[in-house]
Amino acid sequence: MRAAPAPPRLSVPAVFRTSDILPQVEKALAGERLTFEDGVRLFQSEDVNALGWAANAVRERLHGNVAYYLKNRHINYTNICKYDCMFCSFYRKEGQEGAWLWSVDQVLEHVAPYKDKGLSEFHIVGGVHPTLPFSYYTDMLRALKREHPGVAIKAFTAIEIAYLAELTGKSLGDVLKELKAAGLDMVPGGGAEVFADRVRYKVCRDKADADRWFEVHETAHALGIPTNATMLYGHIETVEERVDHILRLRDLQDRTGGLKSYIPLAYHPDFNRLAKLGAPSGLDALRNVAVGRLLLDNVPHIKAYWIMLGVKVAQLALSWGANDIDGTVTWERIYHMAGAETPEGLTEERLREVIREAGREPVERDAFYNVAGSEGARGNPS
Amino acid sequence: MAKLLDRASEKAAAHERLDFDEGVALLTEGETHVLAALAHKRRLHLHPEPVVTYIVERNINYTNACVTYCRFCAFYRAPGDKEVYVLSHEQIGRKIEELLEVGGIQILLQGGHHPDLPLTWYEDMLRYIKERYPVNVHGFSAPEIEHIAKVEELPVETVIRRLREAGLGTIPGAGGEMLVDRVRRIIAPLKTTTEAWIDVHRTAHRVGMRSTATMMFGHAETLAERVEHMERVRQLQDETKGFTAFILWTFQPENTAMWRYSKLESHQYLRTAAVARLYLDNVRNLQASWVTQGARVAEISLRCGVNDMGSTMLEENVVSAAGTTYALDGPGIERSIRMCGFEPRRRNVYYEAVLS
Ligand code: SF4
Ligand code: SF4
Repeated sequence: MRAAPAPPRLSVPAVFRTSDILPQVEKALAGERLTFEDGVRLFQSEDVNALGWAANAVRERLHGNVAYYLKNRHINYTNICKYDCMFCSFYRKEGQEGAWLWSVDQVLEHVAPYKDKGLSEFHIVGGVHPTLPFSYYTDMLRALKREHPGVAIKAFTAIEIAYLAELTGKSLGDVLKELKAAGLDMVPGGGAEVFADRVRYKVCRDKADADRWFEVHETAHALGIPTNATMLYGHIETVEERVDHILRLRDLQDRTGGLKSYIPLAYHPDFNRLAKLGAPSGLDALRNVAVGRLLLDNVPHIKAYWIMLGVKVAQLALSWGANDIDGTVTWERIYHMAGAETPEGLTEERLREVIREAGREPVERDAFYNVAGSEGARGNPS
Repeated sequence: MAKLLDRASEKAAAHERLDFDEGVALLTEGETHVLAALAHKRRLHLHPEPVVTYIVERNINYTNACVTYCRFCAFYRAPGDKEVYVLSHEQIGRKIEELLEVGGIQILLQGGHHPDLPLTWYEDMLRYIKERYPVNVHGFSAPEIEHIAKVEELPVETVIRRLREAGLGTIPGAGGEMLVDRVRRIIAPLKTTTEAWIDVHRTAHRVGMRSTATMMFGHAETLAERVEHMERVRQLQDETKGFTAFILWTFQPENTAMWRYSKLESHQYLRTAAVARLYLDNVRNLQASWVTQGARVAEISLRCGVNDMGSTMLEENVVSAAGTTYALDGPGIERSIRMCGFEPRRRNVYYEAVLS
């Protein structure tokens, strides 16, 4: 779904005609594909306002004034992990204080209060547990589907899925097929971090590498399972590595069309081994959203994940290229253990207010970006 | 409207003065990124150096007893309430010593409207501070001064002169909230009128003191009333040149009698800051409000007309009583400023550089 050329009346406002990124702004407006060099220029420019204007123009061309949110619940079933990513404040080792693992029954108990409350999605991610059997994962999916048949299940990052293949000795295709048969509807975008080998070697060398991440997503797409993609920015990556990351996603999308949304995630510094770096700036948050929107001309949705950007920055992001603010999440642990100061959930009413203050029209979606309650919502992803 | 908006944008870009209708058009209809860019352009026109200033300061709230009962306030306690306090000289002294230890040079000294403290009590407090500590006292908002004048049945000018002689340096813009009487009657019916607020600042400027102007928005006001507030400030500034800065912040409804109001986040904050930068062509400095907006939005505001990060705060009772708890120390502020491509510079109340 390459963006169509802009309607002719949209011209660059006078105040941006002297901008250092005018060539990129004009290209984006004309619906031309931006290059690697363009991406680097956009990240390096200080003119975050011109950048925001261009990303917003593209965003409005694709989605008008609508900003999506959904009703979802996070399930972080375990924080026990065999890996030791440098940026992670969430994981613990088995037996370590603060480690948890929920049985399938505990998972069900946890979400029981949300039965028949109009929930659209469970977002399920965990640490890569060293000893759980494959049946744990399929049992969990089956049990959730049985108890909550109307709720889409977006579960297990590529890292978890790659590990399940390793654990069972099965192919990625077989693992995904079995997960799908058990109830998996969608794969979340996590584990992408920054694709560049240099970065992965330094911050998360033991887990699945970039090629494997792509294999998981490509296989999922081939099986009709849509996925999201993230980038964890603001630690040791260079601007070039950011652009490389985004363009690899664009290539994947050209091949498969299976990505639903792109979600830039700001690195959160507290309580992990990269803490001395500090958090990236608010300007960087907007820049990442906007450059993502401009480079990923084939990915439909850009998400400003409020739980980790904070409500305020997420709200601004709705004018810097994002068209989705994610959900009324509760029980989010991953970023809160890294020092996120956001509340763990927002009421639907508040989320709608936040969207309206940004001058946008709040629209509830389901997990697959169908308008909630519309035909096709909560049905098969298409 | 479109014509008006175009004219407003052109005038803003040419650094010309905006009239009231143009200000309203920008705030109502202006495209957010264009507003931000125009405001940043104006900021660079006024402050070409890539520098963002801040001050190391501490809030001291000498009492929370107050008989004014503003509906937006989570800080005050009615006289007789168990939680009422009045700080002793020694308590104030200790707080100042803590500030001096981190290199601070100013206290923001404010309090509720205590029903019966005499003017001499305030004078004694100021003398106690000034005899011992090398700090500027930025203190007593216009409503406090008006209140003391009422308690003493003295003219405002006499109160200002006596406070100044006792050591008061500069006057904060607090109590400005929204300089529109329709709104003041709703949010703070017993508090200073617009005229009285203006009059205190005019008088202070006339006796040679500088002050700041603030605006608290995001409650009962309309967009046009925000511009009306800016207009009142601009008029007085034309007359006296006494304001050093304009500071705007969003109303924090938690724990106040106005908790039902829905809280503004950042979108309106940024737009209003940008319009303030463009409209207040005669006020040199525009402060970020990281206390209400957080560091991340304060950083973004540095590209939307803001040139000053305000102050570090060891303690901030008024906003934190209303549930906002952002914290930023000197190194944190400097890091924020650098990440946005500016050099941090410590300043005093007059926006002159000081050694850090
Ligand atoms: S990021 Fe994921 S894989 Fe890495 S340590 Fe944390 S939980 Fe484990
Ligand atoms: S804002 Fe000031 S005057 Fe109003 S109630 Fe609070 S302390 Fe009293």
